[in-house]
Amino acid sequence: MRTRRLRVLGLVMILMLLLAACGGGGEEAEEGGATSEPAGAASEADGAETTVGADAEGVQALRDAGTVRIGVKYDQPLFGVNTPSGVEGFDAEIAKLMVEGIFRDGDPESHIEFTEAVSANREPFLQNDEVDMVIATYTMNEERDQVVDFAGPYYETGQQLMVPEGNPEGIQAPEDLNTSDLRSCSVEGSTSLQNFQELAPDADIITFDTYTKCAEAMNDGRVDATTTDGAILFGLVDEFGGFEVVGEEFSDEPYGIGIPDGATDLRLYLNERICQIQENGEWDQAYENTVGVVAETPAPPPIDPAFGDPVFPEGSECPQASGAGATSSEAGSEATSEMTSEPAAGASEAAS
Amino acid sequence: MNPITFLIDNWDLYIDGFIRLFQAANLAFVFAMVVGVVIASFRVSPIRPLQRFAAFYVTVFRNTPLLIIFFLFFFGLPKLGFTFTPFVSTVIVMSLYTGAYLGETVRSGINSVDTGQAEAARAIGLNFREVLGTVVIPQALRTVVGPIGNLYIANAKNTVIGTTIGLFVETTAAQRLANSTGQPIAAFAAAAIFFVVWLLIAAQVFTSIEQRVAFKR
Repeated sequence: MRTRRLRVLGLVMILMLLLAACGGGGEEAEEGGATSEPAGAASEADGAETTVGADAEGVQALRDAGTVRIGVKYDQPLFGVNTPSGVEGFDAEIAKLMVEGIFRDGDPESHIEFTEAVSANREPFLQNDEVDMVIATYTMNEERDQVVDFAGPYYETGQQLMVPEGNPEGIQAPEDLNTSDLRSCSVEGSTSLQNFQELAPDADIITFDTYTKCAEAMNDGRVDATTTDGAILFGLVDEFGGFEVVGEEFSDEPYGIGIPDGATDLRLYLNERICQIQENGEWDQAYENTVGVVAETPAPPPIDPAFGDPVFPEGSECPQASGAGATSSEAGSEATSEMTSEPAAGASEAAS
Repeated sequence: MNPITFLIDNWDLYIDGFIRLFQAANLAFVFAMVVGVVIASFRVSPIRPLQRFAAFYVTVFRNTPLLIIFFLFFFGLPKLGFTFTPFVSTVIVMSLYTGAYLGETVRSGINSVDTGQAEAARAIGLNFREVLGTVVIPQALRTVVGPIGNLYIANAKNTVIGTTIGLFVETTAAQRLANSTGQPIAAFAAAAIFFVVWLLIAAQVFTSIEQRVAFKR
């Protein structure tokens, strides 16, 4: 009886490990059905609407499928919020603009299937072909680039601090929180948290699974400051009131569009398309209707995935394509099976 | 990337989380045993209000999702002026929650004790508390070691929910690593290894206790 139970449990344990070993790879990322041939220059006679790269094979495949499956946040104020009338926010707007460039029929929403992608699901969704792209406050970084690919960035934010209105403790920078007298809050699993801990090693930190809990704890007076990407903090200020965002940004968080590893056609198309909406004002419009409610509209960031590889399709009309940022000094994004667990310098991410 | 390598690379973070989880779960279980015995005693006591209170207590805690209890306790009590740290909150919530289940388990143990035992104890002049404390409960506990072992395991796993109110446990570590490395599967599988090892050992311990204290009726 006793040995049998042990044996069964041992077997279960072995099975679990095997399962994990099979699934836990960054080494065997899906190809995402993309070819790595250079995108052919498009010959759309759309006048101003150039669509270089939109006719490449990898993009054509999406058009043939008729719908694009996009992973977004459902609970991120200003970026992706699931409402009865659909997903709203800047990420959702960007998604529509990206898809419009593929179908060009003025009704992108009919071609989009939104799925909730919480932070931990973003890479697996792309690797298992559950979504075609992820637009979910997804910070581009070196480590993630080894298992997925990125287009963009389409937006750039940085980590800041949020304190109760009036800033009773006079907090301006992470160093001010580097004491056990004050308590800071962030979300578990975020490199917002890691960044912060590097800057304030002696800080007293509490972590929750969502930023709304940080806000709640701040309301209760348990927490003196909350830290994450400025854009997310502005969303909380908008939602809760009674808080303010203080201090300079102390990290760079470029938000990119996550796509399956090796989906080169799609990446080139998306970069081109992001450039296009920046040029024609649609980017500004999308921003003003969403994040712009609580924050000033910034200049869009230059497109530069910075993980090697060409950024734009051949013959791109994007002014950036011939300028800086088109090439990168980084090594190629060949996935190496050796992964470090430390974030690359300057690489950090939005957790929520 | 397999979970074992992942675990070795990030050992510090995991072990830190595991130690905290281990402490919280075991502390909570000790208190839960106390809660369980008290609740079970109330339910078999001749005093009606105590019976009612115990029945009500068990109903409430068994039928409310743990996540909600955690949330209400941690974010609700401060509104009334009580503020506990995440660790203390987790221990209290888990004691109350697992205590409700243990109460039912102990009661079933009490019901299985031969009524002759209680009658004999009363016949030699023991009062209710002595009958229960020295004769019935010790026998009752010996008969339900198996179910108590199951509850220990459930309690250990449920304690992880403390992560939602800011307790740092190994799954918090996994969450953190999943996000920074883009490898959630390896990160969580590594966290699971701790459980498998810990709870395998716990199961063995309970099995041997069971064999040691079992008695023929």
